[in-house]
Formats: sequence, structure tokens, C-alpha cells
Amino acid sequence: MSDLFAPLPPSKKLFNVAMSVTAFALSALALIPLLAMLGAILSKGVPHLTADVFTQLPAPAGMKDVPSGFANAIIGTGVMVAIAAGLSLPLGILTAIYLSEFGKNSTFANAVRMLVTILSAAPSIVVGVFAYGVLVLPLKGFSALAGGFALSVIMLPIVTLATEESLKLVPNAQRLASAALGAGYGRTTLRIVLARAFPGILTSSLLAIARAAGETAPLIFTALFSQNWLEGLLGPSASLSVLIYNYASSPFVDQNNLAWAAAVMLVGIVVFTNLLARWVTRNRQTTR
Amino acid sequence: MFSSSSPLPSNPLTPTSTAPNEGEPSPIPVMHVQDLSCFYGRHKAVEGVYINIYEKHVTAIIGPSGCGKSTFLKTLNRIGEMESDLRIQGRVELLGKNIYAKGTNLNQLRRQVGMIFQQPNPFAMSIYDNVAYGIKTVSRPSRSFLDDAVESALRSAALWDEVKDNLNQSGLDLSGGQQQRLCIARALAVNPKVLLMDEPCSALDPIATMKIEALLHELKNKVTIVIVTHNMQQASRVSEYTAFFSTDEHRIGQLVEFGATSQIFLEAEQPSTRDYVAGRFG
Amino acid sequence: MRPYRALYFFRSRLTQMTEALEPTQSNLPQRSPVPTESWVSQFGDGGFRGISFLAALLTASIPFWMCVLIFKDARPAIAKFGLAFLWTQEWNIDQSLFGALPYIYGTLVSSAIALFLALPIGVAVAIITSEKVLPEGLQTPIAFLVELIAAIPSVIVGLWGRFILIPALEPFQQFLYSHFKWIPIFNTQPFGPSMLMAGVVLAIMIVPTIAAISREVFLAISQDLRNGAFALGATQWESIMFITLPAAASGIFGAASLALGRALGETMAVTMVIGNVNEISTSLLNPGNSIPALLANQFGEASDPLHIGALMYLALMLFLVTLAVNAIAAVLVRTLTRNA
Repeated sequence: MSDLFAPLPPSKKLFNVAMSVTAFALSALALIPLLAMLGAILSKGVPHLTADVFTQLPAPAGMKDVPSGFANAIIGTGVMVAIAAGLSLPLGILTAIYLSEFGKNSTFANAVRMLVTILSAAPSIVVGVFAYGVLVLPLKGFSALAGGFALSVIMLPIVTLATEESLKLVPNAQRLASAALGAGYGRTTLRIVLARAFPGILTSSLLAIARAAGETAPLIFTALFSQNWLEGLLGPSASLSVLIYNYASSPFVDQNNLAWAAAVMLVGIVVFTNLLARWVTRNRQTTR
Repeated sequence: MFSSSSPLPSNPLTPTSTAPNEGEPSPIPVMHVQDLSCFYGRHKAVEGVYINIYEKHVTAIIGPSGCGKSTFLKTLNRIGEMESDLRIQGRVELLGKNIYAKGTNLNQLRRQVGMIFQQPNPFAMSIYDNVAYGIKTVSRPSRSFLDDAVESALRSAALWDEVKDNLNQSGLDLSGGQQQRLCIARALAVNPKVLLMDEPCSALDPIATMKIEALLHELKNKVTIVIVTHNMQQASRVSEYTAFFSTDEHRIGQLVEFGATSQIFLEAEQPSTRDYVAGRFG
Repeated sequence: MRPYRALYFFRSRLTQMTEALEPTQSNLPQRSPVPTESWVSQFGDGGFRGISFLAALLTASIPFWMCVLIFKDARPAIAKFGLAFLWTQEWNIDQSLFGALPYIYGTLVSSAIALFLALPIGVAVAIITSEKVLPEGLQTPIAFLVELIAAIPSVIVGLWGRFILIPALEPFQQFLYSHFKWIPIFNTQPFGPSMLMAGVVLAIMIVPTIAAISREVFLAISQDLRNGAFALGATQWESIMFITLPAAASGIFGAASLALGRALGETMAVTMVIGNVNEISTSLLNPGNSIPALLANQFGEASDPLHIGALMYLALMLFLVTLAVNAIAAVLVRTLTRNA
């Protein structure tokens, strides 16, 4: 009976402690880089985040005391993400509507889902190669259009799969009630299903946009880069991500500094969009 | 055993009396079901149903669970085939026209034969928009017409007085019983000929149930009602005709007997009907 | 119009639009029958269904399109080099001699290092965010923070890697060289960018994948299993290590495969810390190259069709391998979360 209150044998205690310490240490190893990265970006980037950054073109390398910024990169990222969204959001949402409302569990619908999952696993550099083959080679030049196209291929699977999940969450009774009132598929889908799933669709779109804004590999040889203002969609374009890549490996400190400033901006955009996406759905969950 | 004044073609289940009350003129069938069988894919769920649904009366469908009552109900407005791979053999007629004929406009059919579901399912919109939804599906009426139509539907559903001060609140903010009445108002707003109800009170408390039963007494003067219910007492309270479904030894649902409610409950002809209404099984 | 007139007008218009059912004794006016189908509504419904079907078809065709196009552009190189491409070491643009071995080697080694480092860390994070070894309130923030790592763009990880991590780990790399140079993997003088650095940076990036999926696998394991262990007198950690972990093993393997798929295709962070040197060496402290890094560096300037063809050949290989790894991973993860 006295065994009931005997303490754990020391070997078990040691094991417990050792495992706990190991687990926490390893987890700390996971979090330290995150904090280090955010810390470095803020400390090295914020000092160089001047007003010029939003209004000036990058100065030629090595020149000092010339106003320098990356306004063209900001515009470039904005334009290309807009093109990507314009291509992938309608296509992805319509595909998701087909999968959830019409295809359901048919063989064709399952095949589509599998192919979309395959697409989501494609490395972004391969997507860039694809866009290179589709637009850069035939048009014989790098273009913002090619960059936007590459980003849209990256966004498409995210939008499709996440939108389908949101649509499936709408209870089927709602569709039946709408049909029982004589509304056809189009009206039911638009007025009832899409309206109800809208916050989820908005979230998926925002998450896809955040992802696209941060991508570099697909842009390197589709939109290339430019030190000048964007000249139409068929010319090369600067972007925040490619700017960071190029200027990070530059020997000129001024360009390195610009890279850090751009990093602050890019991380800010990505984190902000992510948080916005989560806020949209959290808001809806509380109101019934 | 079979009444010779029956206007129906010969079938084994002709009701012995078509008029539930003495002195009432012979009622008119607004829907006619002939030799209906229902299949889910290859699996036969219901077999050989012959029924008339009489205008401006309440027909109750009773029977133990799993005997195909809901399946049968959902064939009357072709909603069943939206939910699953439900097919039928036989004929279902609305005012003499076969609703399963090729080229039937399903949207129009469902406006003529409305449906109330077991769980109240108002749309995530305001009360006003819920009721107006069906109307706006077919036309673009003026605001004043919509206002009148919404008010009239809500009055018919005995909900107007409770919500008239705040038609903009979300339909989901109402209590369960109110939500179900909202669904009834929504269905009434498109002026259906028949209203199908699939166990509309089973998710509601007794008081809400009472209100809806009282509502049915009023509603039947405007619209024909078919109500599936597992509650026998409810069936005897609200209906004038009753159809009793049960399963045979192969688990296929069948219409066992159909007739005036008073007769089904007091002097049923089939032994299984008598057993069921006496509570000996179910 | 007076309200009741309007009511009557619209109601009769409503019924006019319905199909030609014979008017009953109720209050419907006499109207001539209208066709059973309003062609507008039929078209609207059919059209909507058709458009969404076309969208699905277009979306589904993109992976095929990708394979076909990359294969077509890779043909000159495939024709000239065949399978020997995979084990040839020479990459000479001027002489049009292309061999993929250094890049395949670099891709595989850097990913292997990454997995080796990330697996224990990812599983540890999964354990502390799903089992009861931490107060409940801490689990969600930690899980959220680890997921946040995945949201950081690869190029920024590379920027940090190049300017902060490499200098910070320089003493460590030196330490490995000076004290362990008798082990082949540490037997060259490090000077910054190296295969090891690429592995570390990749590990940081794939930890969130391993952690998130392993966490789901742990959560999917039935509590009954753990209770059985407790009922036999096991402590919390004994239950985790000897009961739950083995049960989650195939799911964790699936998570690792998914993470591997990600690591194989990762471009920016790797190319900024690996050194971009076309060498094969056993030493991890040497710089190297990987397939994505090479593609990133050379595609922009390639003009000779054979050069482009060789790069496309590499891209095709990368695509197919990543696909295969991801497919295996998906099957594994799905089987475990379904069985539990």
C-alpha cells in the first residue's frame, strides 16, 4: 500500500525531465530564426525606409547622394499581382463552383481535384519556366504580363481548393430551400451559396495574393527586372522580390540597404494580408 | 368494400370514402400519384403508391421510420432528385399534367409545389429578404408590391405581428418556431398550389408546434397541404386525409392504406394500419 | 396605381409566366397556355453550368500543358544527351556540353541535410503543440508562430541567410573544420556560403510543414490509445515516446515526404547561400549548386536553344520528381488521418 505514495523512480524522473528539456530546446530552435529574421529585417530595413523609397527610381549603382528608392518595384509588384488576381480569381472560383455544386463526386470532378493538387505542388521555379515557355519565348521578350501569368498559375490552386472548401461548408438545406422556391442553379449559387461562403472566399483570395506578392523565382526570368518605370505590360518590370534578390548580391552597400528596406515592406505586406485574411473569417464566426 | 362512386382508376387502395365530412361536395384532386416506385440507384425504396391529394385539404402521411415517407414526399416536387440519385417509375400528376414528363420546367414546378423542411432553414438574410426571395426570382416588382406581398405572406404564416416592427433583423435571430413560420411565409409568398411539409414540427418545442398546427387549420383554406409526420396524434389533429406507409419484409416502403383520417384512425381496414394507430408498433 | 390593382396585375403576370396548367376553380384569370420551358431560364442555368465546367476543364488542363510545353522545349537536349545527362558532370555553355550531376547532387544533399535537421525540430514542435506538456494557452500561439515562418517569402529568408546567418555561423563552420576535418564531410576550409548553409536555411523553411502536418497526425490519434498507456502506469512522456510516436510514424513519414517535396523545389533562399559553384564534393562546407538555383541563375540569359533545352530538361526532371514525392506523401498522410 505504501507504493501508492512512493515517488517516481529516479530513472523515470530523469527521462521525463530530459525529454521535456529536449522538446522545448528543439522548439526554441524553431522559433529563434523567426524572431531573428523579423528582428534583423526591422533593424536593418526601417532606417532606410524613407519617403524617397515610395517615389524615386533606384539610383545607378555606386552613385552617392542621389535620391534612390524603389517606387517602380512597388508599382511592378502591384501591377503583376493585380494581373495574377484578375486571371486566377475568376477561373479558380468558377472551377470551385463546378466542383462543389455540379461535379460533386463524379470521376471528372475528382480528376480535376487531383490535377489541381498536382499544380499546387509544382515548384515555383518550374512555374516560372512554364511562363517563360508560354509568353517569353513566343513574344521574344520579358514582360510584366509573363510575370503576372506566372503568379496566376501559382495562385490558381490555392484559390480553387480553398474556395471549394468554403462552398462545401454551406449547408445543403439552404440549396434545397432555394430550389424548393423555384430558383435555378445560377440564382441559388449566386444569391445563397456564394453569399454565404463569401468570407471564406475572401480569405482564400487574400492568402493567395499574399503568397503571390512574395514570390521571386517565377519572376526572375519572366518579368526580369528594370531600373525604370514600367512601360506597358509588354515590357520588363521591377518587383519588390526580385529587387531584394538582385540587390542582396550586389557589392554596393547602398543597394544592400535598399534590399533591406524592400524586405521590410514585403514582409509587412505579406504579414498584413495574412492577418487581414484571418480577421475576415474570425469576424464571421462570432456573428451567426 | 370499395366505393363505387370513386372516380379513381382501379387500384387496390381506393379509399372507401372520399369526402371526410358529411355533406361536403366531392373534393378535387390537385395531385394524382399512380403506381409510383422510387429507386436510389438500383435500390428500390418505395413501391406501388396510388394516392390523390385533394385540394384545400390537409393530407397526412404517417408510418414508422424508414418506410419511405420523406422519399415519397420529395418526389412530389422533384426535390428528391437534387439531393441524391433518386429515380421514379410511375406517374405523378399536378392538375392533370405529368410532372416527370420530358421538358418539365422544374423551377416552375417547385413554385407550384412548395416545401417546408424538418430543420428550419431561413436564409442568412433579413426577414423581409427571406420572404421576398421567391418573388424576386420571377419578377422585378415595385417596392410597394413587395411590401404588400411580404406582409400578406407573413400574416398568412401568423408571424406578422411578432416581427412587423423589425423586418430587417436577420432571419437567423428568430426562435426555432418563428424560423419555421418564416420558412412557411417564404414558401407562401410564391403562391403555391400545394405545400409539402416534411416533419415540420419535429425540431420544435410543444408550444411552437401548437402554433404551427393552429396555422395549418387556417392555411388549408388557401393552399393544399401534405404533411409527413411521425406523430400520430398530430396527424389526427390536423389532417382530413391520412396515408399510412409501412415497409414489407424486404424493407421496401409501401402505401398500406389511404383514406379519411377519421376512418383510418377509428375503423382502418388493413390490420397493420390498425396495429400502427393503436401503437402496437412503430 | 392603387395597391390592389397593382397586386392583381403583378399576380396575374406571375402566373402568366408559369407553365400552362389548367386554371382551377381558384381565382386565376383565364390566360392562354405558355410553353413549358422558359428558354431564358433554361439557358441561364445551362449556361452557368457550362461556364463553370469550362473553367474546371481549363484549370485541369494546366498541369498537362506544363508538362507538354517543358518537354517540347527540352527535346533538343534530351535528343542530344539522353539519360547520360543525369550522370554527366560537365556544364559548359560555350561548348554546348551539359550534364546535370552537380545540380542533382546539390539538390539531394541540401534537401537531405534539411530533413535531417528539420525532422526532430518539427516533431518536437508538433508534440508540444498537441500533447499536454504545455499549458493549453501556449499551444495555439506557438503553433501560429511556427506557421508564420512558412509565410515569410523565400527571398527574405535568403537575404537574412546571406547577411546574418552565414556570418553568425562562420565560427561554427570553422569549428567543424578545425576539429573534425578527419571526417570527409567536414574536410574543406569553409568561407561562407556552403552546402551546409543551404541545408540549414532549407531546414528553417520546412520545419513549419513538418510541424503542422505532424500536429494534425498527433491530434488524429485516438485518445483511447494514450489512455491505455496511462492505465498501465506510463508517464506522460513515456506514453508520447513509446505509444503515440510509433502510432504516428507513418503520418510523420508522410509529413517528411511533403517537406522533402518542398525542399527539392525551393529556389531563392538556397541560391543566395549555396555559393553557386558547379562542383561535387563530399565536404558539406564547400559551396555547391542545386537545380532550382541553376535555373534561377541562367534562365534569364540563356539564348542558345540547346542551352535552354538543357535547362528545360532539368526543370522537367525537377517537376516530375517533386510530383512523385508529393504524391507519395499525400497518400501516406491521408491514410493515417483516416485510419486513426
